[in-house]
Amino acid sequence: MNIPMSWIKDYVDIDVDINTFMDAMTMSGSKVESLERKGEEICNVVVGKIVKIDSHPDAERLVVTQVDIGKEDLLQIVTAAKNIFEGALVPVALNGAILNGGLKIKKSKLRGVESNGMFCSIEELGYTTNDYPEAPQDGIYIFRDEQELGSDVCKILEVKEDIVEFEITSNRADCFSIVGLAREASVTFNKEFKYPQIKVEGVLKEDIKNYLSVDIENKDLCNRYVARVVKNVKIENSPQWLRHRLITSGIKPVNNIVDITNYVLLELGQPMHAFDINNISNGNIIVKNATNGENFKTLDGIERTLNSSMLVIADDEKTLAIAGVMGGENSMITNNTKTIVLESANFDGTNVRLTSKKLGLRTDSSSKFEKNLDPNICLDAVNRACQLIETLGYGEVVDTFIDVYENKLDVHTVEYDPDKINKLLGTNISAQEMEDILNRLEIKSKNNIATVPTFRQDIECGADIAEEVIRIYGYDKIESTLHSNTATVGKRTYNQTIEDIIKNTLVSIGFSEIMTYSFESPKVFDKLNIEENSNLRNAIKIINPLGEDFSIMRTTTVNGMLQSLNLNYSKRNNEVLLFELSRVYIADTLPIDKLPKEDLILTLGLYSNDKEKDFYYIKGVVEELLNILGLNKDIDYKFKTDCGFMHPGRTAQIDIKNITLGFLGQVHPVVVENYSIPENSFIATINVTKLFDLVNLDKKYKPLPKFPESSRDIAMIVDESIMVKEIEDIIVKNAGKILESLKVFDVYKGNQIGKGYKSVAFNLTFRSSERTLTDEEVNASMTKIISKLETELNAKLRS
Amino acid sequence: MQDKLKKIRENIEKNLEDVQNLEILDKIKVGALGKKGELTQILKDMKNLSPEEKPKVGQIVNETRQYIEEKINLKKESLKKELQEKKLKEETIDISMPGKKISIGTKHPMTLIIDEIKEIFLGMGYEIVEGPEIEEDYYNFKALNIPENHPAKDEQDTFYIDKNFVLRTQTSPVQIRTMEKGKLPIKIIAPGRVFRSDEVDATHSPMFHQLEGLVIDKNVTMGDLKGVLEVFAKELLGKDTKVKFRPHHFPFTEPSAEMDVSCFACGGKGCRVCKNSGWIELLGCGMVHPKVLEMSGIDSSVYQGFAFGLGIERIAMQKYNIPDLRLMYENDTRFLKQF
Repeated sequence: MNIPMSWIKDYVDIDVDINTFMDAMTMSGSKVESLERKGEEICNVVVGKIVKIDSHPDAERLVVTQVDIGKEDLLQIVTAAKNIFEGALVPVALNGAILNGGLKIKKSKLRGVESNGMFCSIEELGYTTNDYPEAPQDGIYIFRDEQELGSDVCKILEVKEDIVEFEITSNRADCFSIVGLAREASVTFNKEFKYPQIKVEGVLKEDIKNYLSVDIENKDLCNRYVARVVKNVKIENSPQWLRHRLITSGIKPVNNIVDITNYVLLELGQPMHAFDINNISNGNIIVKNATNGENFKTLDGIERTLNSSMLVIADDEKTLAIAGVMGGENSMITNNTKTIVLESANFDGTNVRLTSKKLGLRTDSSSKFEKNLDPNICLDAVNRACQLIETLGYGEVVDTFIDVYENKLDVHTVEYDPDKINKLLGTNISAQEMEDILNRLEIKSKNNIATVPTFRQDIECGADIAEEVIRIYGYDKIESTLHSNTATVGKRTYNQTIEDIIKNTLVSIGFSEIMTYSFESPKVFDKLNIEENSNLRNAIKIINPLGEDFSIMRTTTVNGMLQSLNLNYSKRNNEVLLFELSRVYIADTLPIDKLPKEDLILTLGLYSNDKEKDFYYIKGVVEELLNILGLNKDIDYKFKTDCGFMHPGRTAQIDIKNITLGFLGQVHPVVVENYSIPENSFIATINVTKLFDLVNLDKKYKPLPKFPESSRDIAMIVDESIMVKEIEDIIVKNAGKILESLKVFDVYKGNQIGKGYKSVAFNLTFRSSERTLTDEEVNASMTKIISKLETELNAKLRS
Repeated sequence: MQDKLKKIRENIEKNLEDVQNLEILDKIKVGALGKKGELTQILKDMKNLSPEEKPKVGQIVNETRQYIEEKINLKKESLKKELQEKKLKEETIDISMPGKKISIGTKHPMTLIIDEIKEIFLGMGYEIVEGPEIEEDYYNFKALNIPENHPAKDEQDTFYIDKNFVLRTQTSPVQIRTMEKGKLPIKIIAPGRVFRSDEVDATHSPMFHQLEGLVIDKNVTMGDLKGVLEVFAKELLGKDTKVKFRPHHFPFTEPSAEMDVSCFACGGKGCRVCKNSGWIELLGCGMVHPKVLEMSGIDSSVYQGFAFGLGIERIAMQKYNIPDLRLMYENDTRFLKQF
């Protein structure tokens, strides 16, 4: 809402400077967004009369003029202007003048002839020929009326204006008007509020029913319809002061009748429409729903298709206007219009909003109606328009009017408790002061009962009253306190602690955290090489996405990770280790009938030049992470071969106690290609939601060993299909309690041991917590291990 | 014999002067004091001396021996020191060469800001609560006193799964879910992802983060709301931060306010960041609307409280000087590693 300060001052006496005004309005609830000081810099432009025009001695296109600016001497000005003539009254920018955009005018010589100023066009004063229709296109502005020579052009043409833009909250429909904000200003500065004096003379003593009837078919969507008739209308341009108010409020002047309806729209906040009565068949206005599929040409010349949810103004034969949105071309005011009908109605805000949305047609009118307006301003508005038409001599008003208004909206009362208000606010405002504030807001208040005017439908309960009181009393006057109610302990939940541990661990290992979108394209399933019948494809769809790329809620975080690896690879970042902790959305059934499962997933992803950062690296990261979470036992890794985006020979499923937590491994070559990432890209996902129940954060001290260890190395030759884990299991099972640890330190395939075989070398550490082990004990254990490996795995000791 | 001893002494003294390494020094030592050394030989020859002479000569031999040992030890010390110094000199490296690359990871800047805010509120006794990102329409709107036909429910703002489920447009539904549990008093914050139908550009993202706060007790006042948020702003943005509460409107709070903080780019003098106002809008807040309390099963005649909500991306962007929101979700490590 843009408010020209000169206009608002008609209704309230504002005597503070503009910054104080804006600050105080903001603090009382009408937030100022910006200030435009239109024409602020323009100065030293006066009215001058061109007395004489001579040709320039050295330039064909220039003329030398003598200008009377009301002083003793004439001013010599050289100009190229074409539309000037001797006797013309023009705006003269004097030596030292500043024009629109900061252009400075200085005395100078043009082709050797002294020039002491410049004539101005309307553009040089910051406006357009649309704003000032009398101004010539591409020429010097010429005053039509007599003006005092040397007087300030800024005043005459109303060049300067402070325009304050307010951000009005949706609950304050009443503030989308000059009078609404004037009322707020009057309360803010404790000044008298002067509502405009509205009075219609109505020179034509006739019965309006001779001209017009109004029938509201859908009373739910149209609560009131007021209409007046004006005859002998003269269509012309509006006066400058009226145009100035429209322009500075952001509305383009059209003609006097349209301008006056817009003027009232701005002043009182009530949209109006003017019809040419000749186009209303039989003078019967019917407010009803449109017919499904009917075509209607609005006055902007665009053919629109309506449906039955939309409210229209019609006559016996045809639709005349889309209620509250825009009128039709068929009944618009033209230069030949003689008799007009002025409509001032109250339409349902939601319906107007939905209609304007469906049509993609938001107008000054619809954006007001959608706030839900007060039906009780309809009559004031139409009368205000008639008053302006009368006083400006644009037509004769019929003195009777039509007002269809069955369900009259009346004031309502709200009871409030001053003690409760103070208890809510933490203040100590007297009941009297509350009453005073409310009365100034026109919320008549007595004995803790507030009578709320109909333009304040937003006030419903005691809390609303509290807000009215405190915004005028001053939010800044509430003392800041720190409540000392029940003491609470601030702490993270167990799960939040685990999340923090996960993040801190990964960061310390070298992984950086990423964040990717929760929605993605359904195309990712193919890109990820996911099987047609996979559950991962059962994603929840957004019905109004920003586009296909954001249209499904992700069932896997892998796409986000691979996209991020791709971005880094495309930027030539050569070692990239990433993780994300975020949710996937898993529906039990589609469409969903209850909230889906939102599992928290840890996703790891990496690629590197470093050959060491391979499958076993990402496995090591996962193992260390699980170890820190107290999970170093019962972890089972098995081949995962059924996952389209993972290398079937290099992917391990991670199970703990028969619960599948996720997988780790190398990305499938096909998917590597789809995402343009390095071949050696590795990812892992762990379902953290499932992990929460398994984690063990209890720490217990184990005594440090007192007796020395005894260490042995063995290398076993086995069939190359035998997995290290199988060998380890046999060793652990047969070594007895004295085996402390077991490590693989070499795996060898090659000539020395024959094709189809591999040699696996282990380091075994033996220790007892009770005594020093003897060689015999350790040797016995080794012998048993070797013989079991020989019999069970057909292994041979490598010598 | 005494002359002999004197000669030995002088000889050794002379030899020691030229010694350059420990091996030769050892040889000299052995030559003088070893089993077959000169001094040992003299001791052996002492058996030919008279009983009177024996102690006398013995003493001199011992003195000589002590003297020589001392001399050799001194020489040994100084030689060792010399050699050590030489070695250290040889071992000198170019300390201007860069260190070997050790690379720890980084948390996402959004996580860092959220963690910072969490710490502030944990310190004030708040619990951290989470809620679903796909939310029931009821919790996202109606229970927050947002009526059926409110413009916020427009499809141009809200992503719909169907008429009953939406992607939450705010973290406020967590308030309702917490209140419905009925455990009072309540003192929570709830950070999380939220979604709105905004095209991706430098300042907009269809997915972003909010943090919600809710305090419900018997005597929580608007003064407390101001107090808590003032502490929060000073902790997050610096001790000198000023705050300003302006009236505003939200359906779920009454009275409602917006809190501005003195611009952290210019300190309040006015700059491009704060559009010359000296203030930056930080968050929305207010006293929980009695209708919202009642709908969540809390007796509004006994309990009252405040709520607040803030967008986190903007704080992160301003705090870290990030000019383009898209950087946050592209995950370029050259960006991530800066935090």
